[in-house]
Amino acid sequence: MTTYILRRILSSIPVLLGILFATFALARWIPSDPCRAILGEKATDVICDRFMREHGLDRPIHIQFGYYLNEIAHGDFGQSFRYGEPVTKILVERLPTTVELSFSALFVALLVGIPLGVISAVKHNSWIDVLTMFWANIGVSMPVFWLGLMLAYVFALLLRDTPFQLPPSGRLSPGILPDSFATVWGWQLEPGFLSSVVDFLSRMNLLNAILSGNWTLFKDAAKHLILPSLALGTIPMALIARMTRSSMLEVLGQDYIRTARAKGLPKSKVVLKHAFRNALLPLVTVIGLSLGSLLGGAVLTETVFGLNGVGRILYDAITARDYGIVQAFTVVIAIFFVILNLLVDISYAYLDPRIRLE
Amino acid sequence: MSKETTPNKVAKLDAEGLSLKSVSLWQITWRRLFKRKSALVGLFILGVLVFVALTAQWIAPYSPIEVLIGVEDVTPRQAPCIHLLGCPKDQPQHIMGIDGNVRDQFSRILHGARQSLIIGFSTVTFAIVIGTVLGALGGYLGGWVDNVIMRIMDVVLAFPSLLLAIAIVTVLGPGLVNALLAIGIVSIPAYARVVRASVLSVREMDYVSAAKAMGGNTFHILFKRILPNALTPLIVQGTLGIATAILDAAALSFLGLGAQPPLAEWGSMLGAERNQVFTAPHLVFYPGLAIMLTVLAFNLLGDGLRDALDPRLGHVAG
Repeated sequence: MTTYILRRILSSIPVLLGILFATFALARWIPSDPCRAILGEKATDVICDRFMREHGLDRPIHIQFGYYLNEIAHGDFGQSFRYGEPVTKILVERLPTTVELSFSALFVALLVGIPLGVISAVKHNSWIDVLTMFWANIGVSMPVFWLGLMLAYVFALLLRDTPFQLPPSGRLSPGILPDSFATVWGWQLEPGFLSSVVDFLSRMNLLNAILSGNWTLFKDAAKHLILPSLALGTIPMALIARMTRSSMLEVLGQDYIRTARAKGLPKSKVVLKHAFRNALLPLVTVIGLSLGSLLGGAVLTETVFGLNGVGRILYDAITARDYGIVQAFTVVIAIFFVILNLLVDISYAYLDPRIRLE
Repeated sequence: MSKETTPNKVAKLDAEGLSLKSVSLWQITWRRLFKRKSALVGLFILGVLVFVALTAQWIAPYSPIEVLIGVEDVTPRQAPCIHLLGCPKDQPQHIMGIDGNVRDQFSRILHGARQSLIIGFSTVTFAIVIGTVLGALGGYLGGWVDNVIMRIMDVVLAFPSLLLAIAIVTVLGPGLVNALLAIGIVSIPAYARVVRASVLSVREMDYVSAAKAMGGNTFHILFKRILPNALTPLIVQGTLGIATAILDAAALSFLGLGAQPPLAEWGSMLGAERNQVFTAPHLVFYPGLAIMLTVLAFNLLGDGLRDALDPRLGHVAG
């Protein structure tokens, strides 16, 4: 198992380098002159020459790439010229929102998708199966941004003043203060890596609410998360329901399931213990595939629901032509994606010993 | 067990068809496709879309870019007025209402069908052509060529597709053509992999060796003898790919990176009015519905084609 993990980590290094090179090349491809883009149209040639020299932009491209790698290895993703702050700092502030949103969307997707898939496989060709598959087809065809807007319209406007009313934007209601769990626990932290980590964690409202035992905060944050998670989770939900169904159907047709039934085991036990566990494997793959759509969809969902996450700032950066941020965030999200896929592969090997021996 | 009889029946039908007179693969595929209700629904929606796209300029009551100020007594973002549903007869009929720039929403939706189909087919054609060339070269030549091509494909696949498309459009500049190019680029790996797998599966077969022994040149062998094997998976992948391309293009336009106003494109229509969802929901509802139905049609058709073209999947599809 260890060898497998090591080999898998090693094999993702070229891909990571490729990602870095691709984003580096994309940024260098920008037709505009970086000096005048940053210092303004009126910068003279003398100033520009100095600027290019100071930032190493007059060096050969492979040397520049080397510098770039070195900076990234030190956690330096450059400056945002719009915010005048290091990109890393903006990232620590914004990433928790996106992570929280993506995880709750995946949670919703699994919570609804798996049971639906199992039920429609067990009740194959029944009305519930037909209905689920019809709905799943619609789900994968749904534009995330449209679903988000429609959900906001229904739950914030049509159901206003009913118990089902939900907020259409933001992460918390005004007046709710998300005190960091570290403050609640009485931790005194020096600025540094540890405090950044604590800061990062405490910006995920649900986690922070649980850690600090703040029930009001939890309820409010959850209320704000429901609609975005539903919007973002629908496509993975539909994919998961479809995949669970087809892999359950395949497993349920196997001989050992018939044997288990013939032994007189109750149907629920056969379905859940014998069949479902074996049907899990393709499910892990589809979860891995969903991660990409989750991260891409987060940009749209955050824009629709006014959430200050990575997706939203990426959108703002694009409109403002803040290439530094676009480049850095693309790299970070792609690296994130590669690591998640790595974890998926490893869990795949854990679930199916045959894979390790390949 | 009804599950087992269906493919048997199909197989029997196919066998009968083959014994009576020669039936092409396409006829068999059509026959199987028509047996699937969901594929038929997809075909029907697609038929309507193609009809609307071809005839939009005649069936649309207004021009998609005609501003109706001074022409009719309407206000911006006016709610739909349908005479059959009790809207006063003296008011002009606008069954999907008026948009923010005082244009007829229904006419814009009809014209949008054209954009969507063009977007879907052009990006997928672009990706298939490049993907086929790359996949065929990699699979047939093998060695370092294959390695380089496939590692590049891995890198492209390492990005979430919409995100990479966004990054590419940021560099190229916003606009429909650049958005299409970006979506085309990010979907190349899917086709390259499909073609490469097909090429690898037949490369060592006897009939290929025979063609080589007869002195056929590489180009001839690759395009006439090997690539036809990749046709069916490419068609399936391409149909599903059109669905994804339309969805991604709509997302880019929604973000303002794709189609630019005043072009009647569903994603940008939705994006332009998204802040008005509480006051003029019709301006958000209809474009989104149109996108969803179009994507649904291609998804249903793609799934149907996959089942129809691949007999092995017959029993799983149920």
